[in-house]
Amino acid sequence: MTTTKKTRLVVIGNGMAGIRTLEELLKLAPDMYDITVFGAEPHGNYNRILLSPVLAGEMTIKDIMLNDVDWYAQNGITLHLNKTVTQIDRVRRKVIAADGTEADYDRLLLSTGSNPFMLPVPGKDLPGVISYRDIKDTDEMIEAASRYRHAVVIGGGLLGLEAANGLKLRGMDVTVVHLMPWLMERQLDRTAAGLLQKSLEAKGLKFLLEKQTEELVKGESGRICAVKFKDGETLPADLVVMAVGIRPNTGLAETAGLYCNRGVVVNDTMQTYDPRIYAVGECVSHRGIAYGLVAPLFEQAKVCANHLAQLGISRYTGSVTSTKLKVTGIDLFSAGDFIGGEGTEEIVLSDPSGGMYKKLVIKDDKIVGGVLYGDTADGSWYFQLLRDGQNIRELRGRLMSGQSHLGNSGHQGQNNAASMPDEMEVCGCNGVCKGTIVKAIKEKGLFTLEEVRKHTKASSSCGSCTGLVEQILASTIGGAYQPVDTSRKPLCGCTDYTHEEIRKAIVERKLKSIPEAMGFFEWRNVNGCASCRPALNYYLLCAWPYDYRDDPQSRFINERAHANIQKDGSYSVVPRIYGGVTTPAQLKRIAEVAEKYAVPTLKITGGQRIDLLGVKKEDLPKVWADLDMPSGFAYGKSIRTVKTCVGSEWCRFGVQDSTSLGIALEKALDRMWAPHKVKLAVSGCPRNCAEATIKDVGIVGVDSGWEIYVAGNGGIKAEVSLFLVKVKSAEEVMEYASAFIQLYREEARYLDRTVHWVQRVGMDYVKKRIVADATGRKALHERLKDALCDEKDPWQERVRGAEAQEFMPIRFQSKNHVSGDTHE
Amino acid sequence: MSEWIRICPLEEIPRLGSRVVQTVKGDVAVFRNGSDEVFALRDQCPHKGGPLSQGIVFDRKVTCPLHGWTVQLDSGEAVAPDCGCTHRYRARVDKGEVYLNLS
Repeated sequence: MTTTKKTRLVVIGNGMAGIRTLEELLKLAPDMYDITVFGAEPHGNYNRILLSPVLAGEMTIKDIMLNDVDWYAQNGITLHLNKTVTQIDRVRRKVIAADGTEADYDRLLLSTGSNPFMLPVPGKDLPGVISYRDIKDTDEMIEAASRYRHAVVIGGGLLGLEAANGLKLRGMDVTVVHLMPWLMERQLDRTAAGLLQKSLEAKGLKFLLEKQTEELVKGESGRICAVKFKDGETLPADLVVMAVGIRPNTGLAETAGLYCNRGVVVNDTMQTYDPRIYAVGECVSHRGIAYGLVAPLFEQAKVCANHLAQLGISRYTGSVTSTKLKVTGIDLFSAGDFIGGEGTEEIVLSDPSGGMYKKLVIKDDKIVGGVLYGDTADGSWYFQLLRDGQNIRELRGRLMSGQSHLGNSGHQGQNNAASMPDEMEVCGCNGVCKGTIVKAIKEKGLFTLEEVRKHTKASSSCGSCTGLVEQILASTIGGAYQPVDTSRKPLCGCTDYTHEEIRKAIVERKLKSIPEAMGFFEWRNVNGCASCRPALNYYLLCAWPYDYRDDPQSRFINERAHANIQKDGSYSVVPRIYGGVTTPAQLKRIAEVAEKYAVPTLKITGGQRIDLLGVKKEDLPKVWADLDMPSGFAYGKSIRTVKTCVGSEWCRFGVQDSTSLGIALEKALDRMWAPHKVKLAVSGCPRNCAEATIKDVGIVGVDSGWEIYVAGNGGIKAEVSLFLVKVKSAEEVMEYASAFIQLYREEARYLDRTVHWVQRVGMDYVKKRIVADATGRKALHERLKDALCDEKDPWQERVRGAEAQEFMPIRFQSKNHVSGDTHE
Repeated sequence: MSEWIRICPLEEIPRLGSRVVQTVKGDVAVFRNGSDEVFALRDQCPHKGGPLSQGIVFDRKVTCPLHGWTVQLDSGEAVAPDCGCTHRYRARVDKGEVYLNLS
């Protein structure tokens, strides 16, 4: 029996990093700890980065609460508000607050945040001199704005400018004093800072640059009355806001003898030099860096929670940060190394009179930093490229014009969220307007794309508006927004391991069933979830075509029923018509089946075949039997169709027999499962009537042979395919196309289309494997043939009775089956 | 008065799967989870009426095939942040047979 008391976790600091850690911990191990939280402020956990909109009068304190006091109660957390911890007794493992409150701990989490740095000048303690850090400061500024006229903000950084803007909006006369030659020198180069200053001046702010404060002068009332500078000049001031920087709040940790060096020093698991004590947030120094933005703190929180939950499989390796200024009407974005230097090159697009400036710093074909001013729509895209370390050689030509086609349909051609009105629809699938998204982000305290998707459904269906939603998120929460690191993507919420790690282990460790794979990687949820099971099923099927027994219960219904579910629960049936070439006999049979089963709709599909829509599930096996045609796999992450034009057999322009090649390809790839659907097309001449350049594999006949294109897409986001190779014969097409598809099957992540996978690994890699390496290509081709040679047609299998129960509902005549009360 | 109706032997419902039972009260989805517990819900997702019987089952949950809502098998409640509820019926296993109670 293990009924001993629960482990005690004490958290010092009731801010965003500490509480985020608790939220992550409660997700992983809800019952592991008895938790006590100490907070020096009288509030629950609030969104500190939204203090600026509160100051500017755009939001209220209530809007920015992330966890109100009820949240702590609901989660059984003991909350001590208004209590500053003054001592950590590491020997007796207890913390003591100023008022004498004590709490014992087994694990301690320090999240004491940072303190604003106050210039050590005479008068710094006068009434009317404040920092800008918490709700109290904000309230004091709002109060001062209603009574006084002159405000001086010392510090022209992010925080200083946001404070100045807020005070100006509240009617004060505001001057920003800055020691450096230009504003926000840690985020902006001189040009961008100049543009920023100009637009802030247009809003009525005044600036004094390269000015050093000497003294804060006391007035008759005892309150601050003026700021005096080194050069002798003075400036009237009823309110002085010091925003010259923050310092990690390490006082408590140092007193307790914990090793600190400009922050509480932690390792990659967020553990301090005392193994019982962890630390996260602004008080921390990790690999010599103390972060002051929210996004890195959340990453730390996640890692720390993982270790507190004793899972021990997560490391924090540092963050690349980006900045966005939250001043309404000013669009500014900065990330990474935006100045550049030796070994770097710059691409600059500048239109000063239009108020637009873009600079990207590039090193070894990778973006290492950038500044955007005026048009920051592409900020998240650039930042993503930067974080992922993606090679941008192929993008170079269109890099500066941005990700102009964020999605081609469903949101009225918009690609700049900032210019959209609140009532404009962003997500055309789920009917979500911009205003709804902004409101949800603010009210529910959402920080990630996933959270926005869950709460609003925006971009959760086809995903074409993802870019817009990311922009809205970025502009609403500013620097706290961190795009997902797509280079390391956990398979789903059930595990922290990536697709790649799991695929590798399946092969190397010879894992041959879903329970084995889940067991090996210590899956968090029993049976996984609707995201990971289909992925694992595919990975196992791809790795072990002979040994793995397909698990129908881990397939999405369409693949389990071998037909497409429709909105009313009926199904659609698409028989295979190779290359789109049919016969009178086939057409007659389809017509007869449609009549016999009263199929409500017959539709010619975009893939050159015929769809029978509205078939009842229980009729499916009978329909298939009567059709006596192969399954078209129109329902699967699988080969779909090979679209063809009529080619040289009939067409006066045709130079190659596209139809025969298309049919041969479709037969060769028949019954093939893949990470996502796979579409091909073959055109008989460069007029390209089969639209081969928007397919996963597109073949275009030319007089001297065939051109092979790959990684195109015609759906959610149109992508023109990339040229792979030109070959002479149809046999070669077969080999190259099959090899490409097999490489995709073996290496892409589940639900990646070829375009997503190729964009990630790069076309150079694909060419190396498929074009340059003849042996490897042939081996890939052989492996695909091998995987497909024994695949049976699923419709014929079910006509013969396989999985019969799947299609048969249970009916009962109530009399016969009533068992009465005997079983109660 | 409660009436238990025998549906089918347990093994006729696939583990982590379901069967549709056509009843006077409409289609009822009877689920069997990984630990051989059985649950019964009206075969309609609280979102847009999708057939829950066709969803992927895990733990004590099912994900609707139409738009991916996840519904709790033991209560019929949608998993947050989605909000809604579908009718739950009583179901149980006795000597290898599955029984359903529609009252």
